[in-house]
Amino acid sequence: MKTSKKVIYSLILAVITLAFLFFLESNKAKYGMAYTVLTKGIILAVVAVSMNLVTGFTGLFSLGQAGFMAIGAYVTAIFLIPMNSIEEVYYMSGVSPSILALKSWLETTPSWFQAMLPYIALIAGGLVAALFAALIGIPVLRLKSDYLAIATLGFSEIIRAIISSPQMDTITNGSYGLKKIQGFSSLIQVFLIAAVCIAFMILLIRSTYGRAFKAIREDEIAAEAMGINLFKHKSMSFIIGSFFAAVSGGMLAMFMRSIDAKTFTVSLTYDILLIVVIGGIGSVTGSILSSILVTVCKEWWLRFFDNPLYIGNFQVPLFRTGFRMVIFSVVLLLVVLFYQRGLMGRNEFSWDRLAKSINKLRSKSSSKGGSKIA
Amino acid sequence: MQFGGVVAVDNLSLEVNENEIVSLIGPNGAGKTTAFNVITGVYAPTNGAVYFKDKMIVCNYPKGPMKKIYAGQNYGKYTTTVKKTPDQITKLNVARTFQNIRLFKDLTAFENVLIAKHMRSKANWLSATLCLNYKEEQKMQKEALELLDILGLMDVKDEIASSLPYGQQRHLEIARALATEPELLLLDEPAAGMNPQETQELTEFIHDIRSKFNLTIFVIEHHMDLVMEISDRIYVLDFGKLIASGVPEEIQNNQQVIEAYLGVPDDDEE
Repeated sequence: MKTSKKVIYSLILAVITLAFLFFLESNKAKYGMAYTVLTKGIILAVVAVSMNLVTGFTGLFSLGQAGFMAIGAYVTAIFLIPMNSIEEVYYMSGVSPSILALKSWLETTPSWFQAMLPYIALIAGGLVAALFAALIGIPVLRLKSDYLAIATLGFSEIIRAIISSPQMDTITNGSYGLKKIQGFSSLIQVFLIAAVCIAFMILLIRSTYGRAFKAIREDEIAAEAMGINLFKHKSMSFIIGSFFAAVSGGMLAMFMRSIDAKTFTVSLTYDILLIVVIGGIGSVTGSILSSILVTVCKEWWLRFFDNPLYIGNFQVPLFRTGFRMVIFSVVLLLVVLFYQRGLMGRNEFSWDRLAKSINKLRSKSSSKGGSKIA
Repeated sequence: MQFGGVVAVDNLSLEVNENEIVSLIGPNGAGKTTAFNVITGVYAPTNGAVYFKDKMIVCNYPKGPMKKIYAGQNYGKYTTTVKKTPDQITKLNVARTFQNIRLFKDLTAFENVLIAKHMRSKANWLSATLCLNYKEEQKMQKEALELLDILGLMDVKDEIASSLPYGQQRHLEIARALATEPELLLLDEPAAGMNPQETQELTEFIHDIRSKFNLTIFVIEHHMDLVMEISDRIYVLDFGKLIASGVPEEIQNNQQVIEAYLGVPDDDEE
């Protein structure tokens, strides 16, 4: 396929996506479910790609995503709680003077800075998480595979425990969590932030550093013999991955408007791991696709199974609250059975590949003499 | 080099002069690869030093518990510690290949070579991500392609490394090592698992790259045909000790070497 053709196709796809998002935006009330689920899916796509960068491309099996998301979420939240409701949010234990000082300093900044505040808050959250990642990376990145997973998992739990501890009440509001966080202005904004984050990671993966990451994934000893400094590159990937996990955490805080430490338990990490595995470890487009699909299935399409179903006067058994998750698990099992390396494996979406598979389908159906596709 | 109580390489001293091809041979378990790993920084020697271009690049002496169990003869000869990781050694223009091929299996031949160019790239991660190092990237790709062309791997450049035939995987591994711009190339059993014809080709290949890239080559090898044909000088190692050294003819007629390889006559009678 020609490059010009591909560019045109990509542009058309982008326009359709944006048009679809605008449509949803203007009919928010009518398609509330789609709107919410899609927002969450897009946010999870960012963290899924960041986990893929660390796990799928650098070969570091890290399970600390929830911890970094928590850091990002709390920092973003503190930046984005409006000044006039801050006392109200911290009604139980009072506000720490340092937060008050930060908030009143933010009030004095020029108006363009105020307008940019959500972005600055997200970046600040990312930077704090990156700092933590750099610090814990020093001991932890010397470990290999499952040991690294356990160590990062432990770190993530420590972060959560610290956040909900009474000593941090004046900063994190302990177990009450933070509320009244300024939200997104529109779905388009969510989409654009996510697009920029993901584009950045894709460019990184395609750069010479991304190739070095892949070399480490393939064979550490050979990578080192080729002059790649293992620790430097591993921590680079870990820090950048944590940065974007935290940005995604911040976006989650803006999306939910209120957060508490319980949001960021280990199960959140597992959800993300599930998305990455389903999408294909080592495929960015796979992660994006599967984060949308998994979220939509889990929260929306399978809702049907949660409500009692009557056929005539007969109530179909099993259809009750919670049955959705059973079906969801079965679907996951089937996907893992039939796509052992995830939906996309290590491949990325490309127009060439799509054209090839369409051609294949066509030739199959024509050889059968059927007109199923046409 | 001593692992616990086991002395793997004992009192081995060898030198490789510029533009020479030197071989290190010996029966299995003689300590050849260990010697290699000391040179490339994988292991720190227990007591010893490595010099490259008259500069000390590795040096160590017994410390801690090793002081008591040290079994060599050179105690007190070395007093400084110079430690370098394998990647730092590679940056000093010393490249190596591995006994059991260690290519980046799931990447293409081209990517394998391109990765070796990463080390010389000057761009930091941010400028590389934002494609600000466009020119450098182009140059890296061009050089990698040139290298593949010279080594005759051009028509397989987009093949996945693990799908290549064995001989080509060996060539690719050498190509990858050459991409790090070495002056000294260390080849660890380059002919392992090759048939006679492939070995013959490899002999020419090694001669070829020496003249093309102005290399000094240090080889570990078992194939005597190859060793005798390419080497300017040979060192023979047995049970971690150097038992002979010299030009190929000398080695061929050395009684000790023949015994080490064929077994002492007494053993045969049993």
